[in-house]
Amino acid sequence: MAAINRDDVAHLARLAHIEMSAEELDRMAGELAVIVDAVKSVSEAAGDGVPATSHPIPLSNVFREDEVGHTFTAEQALSGAPDSDADRFKVPAILDED
Amino acid sequence: MTETNSTELIRLSAAQLAAKLAAGEVTAVEVTQAHLDRIAAVDGGERGVNAFLHVNTEEALAVAAEVDAIRAAGGQAAEELHELAGVPIAVKDLIVTIGQPTTAGSRILEGWHSPYDATVVKKLRAAKMPILGKTNLDEFAMGSSTEHSAFGPTRNPWDLDRIPGGSGGGSAAAVAAFEAPLALGTDTGGSIRQPGAVTGTVGVKPTYGGVSRYGAIAMASSLDQIGPVSRTVLDSALLQQVIGGHDPHDSTSLPDPLGDLVAAARLGNVDGMKIGIIKELHGEGYQAGVENRFNEALELLKDAGAEIVEVSCPNFQYALGAYYLIMPSEASSNLAKFDGVRYGLRVLPEDPPMTIERVMGATRAAGFGDEVKRRIILGTYALSAGYYDAYYGSAQKVRTLIQRDFEAAFAKADVLISPTAPTTAFKLGEKLDDPLAMYLNDVATIPANMAGVPGLSLPGGLADEDGLPVGIQLLAPAREDARLYRVGAVLESLLEAKWGGPLLDKAPALVELVGTQEAK
Amino acid sequence: MSADAILSFEEAMEKYDPVLGFEVHVELNTKTKMFSSAPNVFGDEPNTNVNEVDLGMPGVLPVVNKTAVESSIKIGLALNCKIAESCRFARKNYFYPDTPKNFQTSQYDEPIAYDGYLDIELEDGTVFRVEIERAHMEEDAGKLTHLGGSAGRIQGAEYSLVDYNRAGVPLVEIVTKPIEGAGSRAPELAKAYVAAVREIVKNLGVSDAKMERGNVRCDANVSLRPHGRERFGIRSETKNVNSLRAVEHAVRYEIQRHAAVLDSGEPVIQETRHWHEDTRTTTSGRAKSDADDYRYFPEPDLVPVVPSREWVEELRATLPEPPAERRKRLKQDWGYSDLEFRDVVNAGVLDEIEETIAAGATASVARKWWMGEIVGRAKNADVDPGQLGIEPATIVELSRMVEAGKINNKMASAVLDGVLAGEGTPAEVVEKRGLAVVSDDGPLLEAIDAALAAQPDVADKIRAGKLQAIGAIVGGVMKATRGQADAGRVKELILEKLGVNA
Ligand SMILES: [Mg+2]
Ligand SMILES: [Zn+2]
Repeated sequence: MAAINRDDVAHLARLAHIEMSAEELDRMAGELAVIVDAVKSVSEAAGDGVPATSHPIPLSNVFREDEVGHTFTAEQALSGAPDSDADRFKVPAILDED
Repeated sequence: MTETNSTELIRLSAAQLAAKLAAGEVTAVEVTQAHLDRIAAVDGGERGVNAFLHVNTEEALAVAAEVDAIRAAGGQAAEELHELAGVPIAVKDLIVTIGQPTTAGSRILEGWHSPYDATVVKKLRAAKMPILGKTNLDEFAMGSSTEHSAFGPTRNPWDLDRIPGGSGGGSAAAVAAFEAPLALGTDTGGSIRQPGAVTGTVGVKPTYGGVSRYGAIAMASSLDQIGPVSRTVLDSALLQQVIGGHDPHDSTSLPDPLGDLVAAARLGNVDGMKIGIIKELHGEGYQAGVENRFNEALELLKDAGAEIVEVSCPNFQYALGAYYLIMPSEASSNLAKFDGVRYGLRVLPEDPPMTIERVMGATRAAGFGDEVKRRIILGTYALSAGYYDAYYGSAQKVRTLIQRDFEAAFAKADVLISPTAPTTAFKLGEKLDDPLAMYLNDVATIPANMAGVPGLSLPGGLADEDGLPVGIQLLAPAREDARLYRVGAVLESLLEAKWGGPLLDKAPALVELVGTQEAK
Repeated sequence: MSADAILSFEEAMEKYDPVLGFEVHVELNTKTKMFSSAPNVFGDEPNTNVNEVDLGMPGVLPVVNKTAVESSIKIGLALNCKIAESCRFARKNYFYPDTPKNFQTSQYDEPIAYDGYLDIELEDGTVFRVEIERAHMEEDAGKLTHLGGSAGRIQGAEYSLVDYNRAGVPLVEIVTKPIEGAGSRAPELAKAYVAAVREIVKNLGVSDAKMERGNVRCDANVSLRPHGRERFGIRSETKNVNSLRAVEHAVRYEIQRHAAVLDSGEPVIQETRHWHEDTRTTTSGRAKSDADDYRYFPEPDLVPVVPSREWVEELRATLPEPPAERRKRLKQDWGYSDLEFRDVVNAGVLDEIEETIAAGATASVARKWWMGEIVGRAKNADVDPGQLGIEPATIVELSRMVEAGKINNKMASAVLDGVLAGEGTPAEVVEKRGLAVVSDDGPLLEAIDAALAAQPDVADKIRAGKLQAIGAIVGGVMKATRGQADAGRVKELILEKLGVNA
């Protein structure tokens, strides 16, 4: 497995939406390299025959009946918003469209 | 009420307080006020414990007064009062509460007030337990020392220059310093049990799904669990009985109740039980004083009629590594919602363009601390294209192996036992620059989270080298939380008999703190 | 933005073979959202159909809506899919302000339904089989409004406002396998496929299926390859093509654009495209990039959905008759000829006619109105007929007025225009416009006398029993009364006057 480098961290920081200074990238790359090295044995521990466990206690078919519950007023919904306008959350311009 | 009375009150267990309240020997307002006074005396200032991020004075007293009024009026309402009504409690600031701020120990949520209550908080309110306030933690519960809180570290009541464990250092320290008889914690990799161990308190991570996670700000969804923090095993049982049970708002909540935990704690019997020592979770890497107290505990249990057997869990060696892949992966996704759009901090970038992408990036850069960023980046890496199978996928397979190890171990033993943490409390700042050394604190607690099984930590005595508390961990099969309380209660009483009283009576810094209070 | 070069459709078809693919998102009409108990209602005040879950507040957890799962299984069954024995949700991680958690809870590698097909009937009756890859459950995003700058467009907007009412509305995304072999009928097939999906979910009752409201939204993938080559070309994905006509136009346009790009020797860029109804063109959206690393992983806050075979069969038993069978039945019930019925289907007014009949019209009246009056107006307005907003009750009212002799057909058409112009109900339009058949026989008789006098030879023919000649006299009367006369009454009066028994 390739070691994690500064460019990797820059890419990951972009994916994670965390702006990082050049120094921060360097420091983080160093720290992560150590951590990644420490956890790499994991990929060799389990063979192909071992199933993955994503829930510690297996449950299935947990559903909710389709019945209306509580709602917020717009005021409650927006009570913690950094910015709002006309009962909606206000955000700066979006460049990337999706 | 006299000062002495107040000092006595705060040293009572929740069960004792409940009895006194029921008997009318004391009022809920007196009990609550005594704890608020204690918080005022020992929590703030330069050498204060700093267990609380917010103190909920007015509401706590109002709830206490309501309990007193109901009791005074008598009748059916008084009879229907919950056993713990009027017994105050502190809540880890990772759990959302209406009417108080919830910060998760992070700048990114500073000043945020939740418009809804966590399920466990609803249950505390239903039981009319006054909520004293919100306790300090490592930011988003990421850490083992509470030093990663954005609002300053909590100090260990045993030695104010030492860490109280983490992430729930605030809850453990509050209970250890007699600021609260009970507290709620959350445990993702040991955040209830390890602080319990290093502060000489009791902490329980229930079976995954035993307590609703609704309203606990998620770090790693498949590992997180809310649980009790207390000074006695019985108190934890009482509290888990309040907060546990099925919650339709949590899809991973167990459908069936876990049985009568309080009765199990009161029964306290190990005669004929098989208790398994996990070969991989003691010995090398564990402080000598920790190992000594652990061995003593085994002797006591043997004398009480338990059979001690040795079990091997070979895959536990991969648990820490797998944990440090699964936890950050889930955390990287769970923490994506903190983006400066709907609530919390918004920071504008210093230079243009002022797009939402940049605002999110600047907000998260300024709002998250280093450890949170480290884990988000690590998790983003473990999930990213090309690495998923090797990292996240492999870690989930290791999880299966750990579960199999537990199954095999529980085929040989009713309960497993180990030290809770490899060392006693270390000095503040000692491991802050060495994330890996910090992570090693959780080596003994993590397997339980990986497999979803319950774990209890109780004080096992003081280490010979430093006179600091040592934790003993008990583990039971999933849904068998009652066994932990049954065995824990026995071990607790045996140890107390050995020391001649509760371990916390021996805490030197507590004497200092109590002195501070009396001087006022 | 400079316009893209395009080739004529015919030339594009000569040179290239199109391969299509569709992702159709269907909004379910459950009472509540996919993972929260907030109401799933369209058009309410912003941020009022939300609770902490829909806003992605700290600490919240999702719980799956059982009815949404059942609707998804029904859709899967109607698409001839296999229903998974066990399936899970996953998190699709990406930051976008309309996505409250900055991940979408969706199904990834374990869809609830997979491996199905849909037989699509084209206009000439040919049946084309479209293979369904999967149908999976997910949640909708909130709604963004872009303001400032060139208002309404994302480009140049200064800020955006977010309403999370739609966030968490249950969606089923239906994904086809690559569709090969449609040739020059690709645009027609595209429209017919989306129409068929829309018809299915509407008949199942699991969606309101209103495309104009975004209940059914289509992303259309198009790629071209030279004839005879097996390997697919690079595709574009045109997002949110939200009417049947637009689907047809967008696919046609993209075929023409791809052909021009390929002809120029340039590679096609794998990107999303945006459809513009006004210019009937697409513009470049976002290119595929490394930001598309969605870091899917199983949603740890949800447990697997394990539909028992009994449950699936119970749901199968509730399915309505398949569209093809329904058509057979309707054609028979309504008594339309093959040609009449195909025209109705191709015009996309089958549901509308059914509703109009249900509202009280006869089959022939309903067809006369929809095919004779409304389809043409829709074409002029460049919308689907159903989107004009004509209520079945309006048609019933109009036809009753005609039958009662209050207005004639020509006037009824004018009344319909009035209704469409927002002048009110048919009765109100008649009132306001002063349209009413002259029913006082006095002026009519005068006009009839004049008409008979003007055409004595025709009058003779009628007297001799050639009743079909009466049209000329009626025409004269109508002309003289400026169309205000009731043609039926005019006929009666003429026959009376001439002493002929009809
Ligand atoms: Mg898609
Ligand atoms: Zn989708």
